[in-house]
Amino acid sequence: MSDDVYVQLVDLAGGALLLTAVLILWRRELAVIIRVFAVQGVALGALVAVLAAREQTAELWVSAAGIVLLRAGALPALLRRAMRHAARRETRPMVNVAASLLAAAALTLLAYAVSRPLVALAPSPATQAIPVGVTVVLIGFFVLVTRRRALSQIVGFLLLDNGITAVGFLTTASVGLVVELGMSLDVLLAVLVLGILTARMRETFGGTDLDELRELRDS
Amino acid sequence: MSVGALGGIVQALLVVAGSPVLAGVMRQVRARLEGRAGAGIGQPWRDLRKLLRKEPITPRGTSGVFAVAPLVLVATALVVAVVAPFVTTASAMRPAADLFAVVALLALGTVALALAGLDTGTAFGGMGASREMTIIALVEPTLLVAIFALSVRVGSTNLADIITSTLDDPGRVISPASLLAAVALIVVIVAETGRLPVDNPATHLELTMVHEAMTLEYAGPDLALVELASAMRLSVFLGLLANLFLPWGIATGAAPLALATGVVALIVKVTVLGMVLAAGEVFVAKIRLFRVPELLAGSFLLSLLAVAASFFLA
Repeated sequence: MSDDVYVQLVDLAGGALLLTAVLILWRRELAVIIRVFAVQGVALGALVAVLAAREQTAELWVSAAGIVLLRAGALPALLRRAMRHAARRETRPMVNVAASLLAAAALTLLAYAVSRPLVALAPSPATQAIPVGVTVVLIGFFVLVTRRRALSQIVGFLLLDNGITAVGFLTTASVGLVVELGMSLDVLLAVLVLGILTARMRETFGGTDLDELRELRDS
Repeated sequence: MSVGALGGIVQALLVVAGSPVLAGVMRQVRARLEGRAGAGIGQPWRDLRKLLRKEPITPRGTSGVFAVAPLVLVATALVVAVVAPFVTTASAMRPAADLFAVVALLALGTVALALAGLDTGTAFGGMGASREMTIIALVEPTLLVAIFALSVRVGSTNLADIITSTLDDPGRVISPASLLAAVALIVVIVAETGRLPVDNPATHLELTMVHEAMTLEYAGPDLALVELASAMRLSVFLGLLANLFLPWGIATGAAPLALATGVVALIVKVTVLGMVLAAGEVFVAKIRLFRVPELLAGSFLLSLLAVAASFFLA
């Protein structure tokens, strides 16, 4: 693969990661959010695949395939299953959508500011995309803390994890298959547990609005 | 006559003569897709001719602002049509084809019309003006930032320079910065020209109007000028969008053959964009006014990401 094509593909995958993160923040319908999340999984897989084609290592190819399977296949399917009975929209986010989009703009700048020293360590097309990963981490964290529905919070958590994975692959080019496998299993397990938790919450309380679970009552 | 001036005159004539036709084409596409026969693509010109023949009437109690606004609106659109690179990049006033100058001129027209809406003192005029200001407050920074994202790599905010450099390096069009900026620009152009889903140009319900609410009090030749100016602004915006992201066919000099190619290329690009826009409008409903800032904040974020991407992914 020539240098130009490599740089462009890395940039394109990074752009897709950013765009999907913003769309998750933007949209209210959970079905759309989950679909966008699946697209982000594909974009992340594509990023790793580009790195794999560059480094010519089988390990990275396996990681790319695993990422696509897990993040574009398994996790969205699990989320969709959890959504079947739950509310379909994020009705009342803590911060309204327009303000959270502007906050995301500030977070982007913050991400670029804090990752400058990291990029300066070893400037290359891959490390120059690190700010994108950090932005996705920050946006994921923002979604996690400002949404009220359990499902959107899970999506925020997964967004955070996508960002961490992206930064991991961009900095080291290979985290090591075992580490990546362990992390993926962790995430899968976390989503499974959260899915069960959401179902139990719905059975007990009839809704997954976490704000209503603040007080303990004995009755 | 200098070579640059020829290009400017051709551009101005093309925009003035062509923009009502573009409006007609867009209405016709919508009509056909909605199963109506449509009035034909010449209808906007026929309307303009009819309005121009009527006697000018101004509402009682309006001041000079009301009378001047249509002229300012047309004049700003005309200046942009002359200086910005639509048919040729060799403009007679190349320094004036600056990103900031062009956006400021277009915003000046909007502000003039909003002031005219306030000047009439009617409820709908004021409402339309206040809504238009809400929209332009987010549209203008987005326009600036989105085009700025393209200018970062060129090192110049001159539109002609940006387009020339894209012609030299076509690969730039699919860079993330360029794609994000394109999406942001499309959203703000839809908002700024008052198309669906931000504003419905064909509405007759005053409560939902944005652009039309400000022009309710105009009649006769003044109304003709306002209508012509809105059509011109739409073609100017679409022309800018087309040339910034798909600059092929634009003339780099002022040779007659190159100019003719540029004219044909511009007509094809803008017509296709307009038809796509009109076809898209059939499938969307107007969004609630309170959701409009959300849409615009989103497009502002996209344009900011475009700038960030062009700085850091380069």
